[in-house]
Amino acid sequence: MITMEHVCKSYKVAKRKAGIGEVCKSFFRREHEVVHALQDVSFTIGEGEMVGYIGPNGAGKSSTIKILSGILTPDSGSCTVDGRIPWKNRTEHVKNIGVVFGQRSQLWWDIPVIDSFELLKEIYSVSKENYNRKLEELTELLQLSEILKTPTRQLSLGQRMRCEVAASLLHEPKILFLDEPTIGLDAVSKLAVRDFIKKMNREHNTTVILTTHDMQDIEAIAERVILIGKGQILLDGSLQELRTAAGGQDAQESLNLDHVMAALYKKLDIM
Amino acid sequence: MSLRKSISLYIRYAAICVRSIMEYKLSFVLMIFGRCMIAFTEFLAIRFLFDGLTEIKGYTYGDVLLCFSVIHMSFTLSELFGNGFKVFSGIVKSGEFDRMLLRPCSPILQVMGTRFEIGRTGPLITSTITLCLGISESQVSWNFLTAFTLLLMIIGGILLFIGLYMLGASFCFFTIEDTSILNALTYGAKEHGKYPIDVYGRGVLRFCTFVIPYTLVQYYPLQFLLGRSTNWVLGLYPVGVVVFLAICYGVWCAGVRNYKSCGS
Amino acid sequence: MKKYLMFFKLRFATGLQYRMASVTALTTQLIWGIMECLAYKAIAEAMGTGLPMEYSSIVTYVWLKEAFLALFLTWTGDKDIFSLIQNGGVSYELCRPVSVYTMWFSRIVGGRGAEALLRCVPVLICAFLLPGTLRMGLPVSIEAFVLFLVTLVLAVGVAVALCMFVNMLCFFTISPQGWRMVLLGSADFFMGNVIPLPFFPERFRKVVEWLPFPYMQNVPFRVYSGDLPVAELGPVMAKQALWLVILVAAGLFTWKQVEKKIVVQGG
Repeated sequence: MITMEHVCKSYKVAKRKAGIGEVCKSFFRREHEVVHALQDVSFTIGEGEMVGYIGPNGAGKSSTIKILSGILTPDSGSCTVDGRIPWKNRTEHVKNIGVVFGQRSQLWWDIPVIDSFELLKEIYSVSKENYNRKLEELTELLQLSEILKTPTRQLSLGQRMRCEVAASLLHEPKILFLDEPTIGLDAVSKLAVRDFIKKMNREHNTTVILTTHDMQDIEAIAERVILIGKGQILLDGSLQELRTAAGGQDAQESLNLDHVMAALYKKLDIM
Repeated sequence: MSLRKSISLYIRYAAICVRSIMEYKLSFVLMIFGRCMIAFTEFLAIRFLFDGLTEIKGYTYGDVLLCFSVIHMSFTLSELFGNGFKVFSGIVKSGEFDRMLLRPCSPILQVMGTRFEIGRTGPLITSTITLCLGISESQVSWNFLTAFTLLLMIIGGILLFIGLYMLGASFCFFTIEDTSILNALTYGAKEHGKYPIDVYGRGVLRFCTFVIPYTLVQYYPLQFLLGRSTNWVLGLYPVGVVVFLAICYGVWCAGVRNYKSCGS
Repeated sequence: MKKYLMFFKLRFATGLQYRMASVTALTTQLIWGIMECLAYKAIAEAMGTGLPMEYSSIVTYVWLKEAFLALFLTWTGDKDIFSLIQNGGVSYELCRPVSVYTMWFSRIVGGRGAEALLRCVPVLICAFLLPGTLRMGLPVSIEAFVLFLVTLVLAVGVAVALCMFVNMLCFFTISPQGWRMVLLGSADFFMGNVIPLPFFPERFRKVVEWLPFPYMQNVPFRVYSGDLPVAELGPVMAKQALWLVILVAAGLFTWKQVEKKIVVQGG
């Protein structure tokens, strides 16, 4: 379903230093620095897999997601998603993917949620029957019936996130990218979102790629974990393998996952 | 995506923007009224100046009013449709543009659609009134051809301004720094375009022909409209803006390509 | 005093950091000024002796307006402080052991001052170097220059006091942004930002002179070029001072009401 081979990506960023003198100097000349966001990243993800994509801040997670969703062109390497190269033929590609950004909204702020959905239906050219069927299904699974008529600005974060997830699935994408979908949610909403994602995967064989800092998300959803640090894939395997890699034998088993991750980040020196 | 589909989608976007604004009705009314009034003070300034004047470089009060109305109308309508490009740096910074690239339709359509700002149409009220005043007081002999020229001037002006917004927006793809230099060219044109460009002298006239083709929608068609030239081809000059718009579109496309290769 | 200076310095440093921004701002202002001067040149030629203000005075007026733009911004300026009132951030301000009105007043003056200082130098240099009829003149006399500075300070006081008063007044409405725009947008015209006041018809100007608007930029910019003779300045300056007192008093009074409302409503 998804293959990435030897993908590299680097950015040029301007250096800034503190102090009035430095500011004045940079007024005339600026120095640049090359940041390697991704260095030779390769992996394959099969249809219907649920993969947790983790790593510390700035490791290259969002660059990968952007490349897979066609927003970013890599410097080198190849990548295919469902037989297509994402950054070529963008419109065809994005019809097959759904993306949820936990920190940004795709719903229109001042109008009822259902109206946002209607517009998305038009944008993705979803037929009336498919739309109605899908909406019914999502409404039931995510318990949206009460809140569909409410303007987005009046929803609680948990309610809004449920609507965001639904909005990303209206066009029945084969692949779903979730970027920190449970950030800031209360326990009930978190569980609801997780359960729903699992159910979508079971019933529609949707491929799910999840980036998060919440290790419970990973534990609940991901069968497979890819760990990235400083632009390189460091580990690709099950959660159990991750624990082992952290060096934790029996004693570490009882520790919670956050400690395991922290130990692993330190050990691999990727912070 | 077919043109018909695009247009229907744009209308849907616009409808949502209008509904969103109507959630804050009083604020909307005040915005319209405030902008209408600010435009009115600009008209008042021309009125006051012409108290002691019969003509500037051969242009009468009515002629200047006509010119003022056309530019104001074009500018206001261009803001209505092209506001998305004007606030584009915000769209990029908030990550909204990433979201737009995830939709299976043209980013241009989405940028223009999501920021359809009906609240900016206040000056339209003023400029409609001044246009009527200008039409009745100017030296124009009205017939089909002159009326058509007037219409072309307004439409050409809208496209020219939208082209400039697009150009300004494209810069956001290449630099994170302030790119409001284009504001000088758009607001400046609105502000100073109220007088026919030759009032400002030959240098400005040249700049406005060869660098940014304002004269295509203002000076040249105006010469025909006011009967200063009998060459009716001048009245068709606004059509030339299409070339300018095409160039701006090219820069925009290059910008999107650059954005995809550099990220934000 | 030290903290206000800090604020000034911070604003100055941030201003310097955006080099493109400062270059574009300068270009914009130069284009603006030159175009305005050119238009007035054509108007001056057409009006001949009927011109209510000498052409050289107009040019000076235009350039001073561009140079000190930041000092007399009306509805576009000071947004950060007044968004504090609206989003409840004002509660923090109330916790500090200083008079909020005084603090805001000085913060706005400091902010505008830093911005103006940053912008006026390049604009003035260019304005003095421009060729021929576009060049800005020197002050008519030393007295005129000193009085220019004095009336400029008074004018900034009036402008800031007015803005604060209106902004606080708008706080009591449902749509503060909208009212701000309506009220302060029209102020722009009456203070001589669109055309200098001498171009107003006699009777209209007489009415406007009863309002606070002509006691802002109109006074110092015309004193500089001698359009407003030094000899006639006494009553004008008295009116400036009077309006400053009235507007500060009104602002303080309104602020007390705002404070009451915030305390009652909890922000």
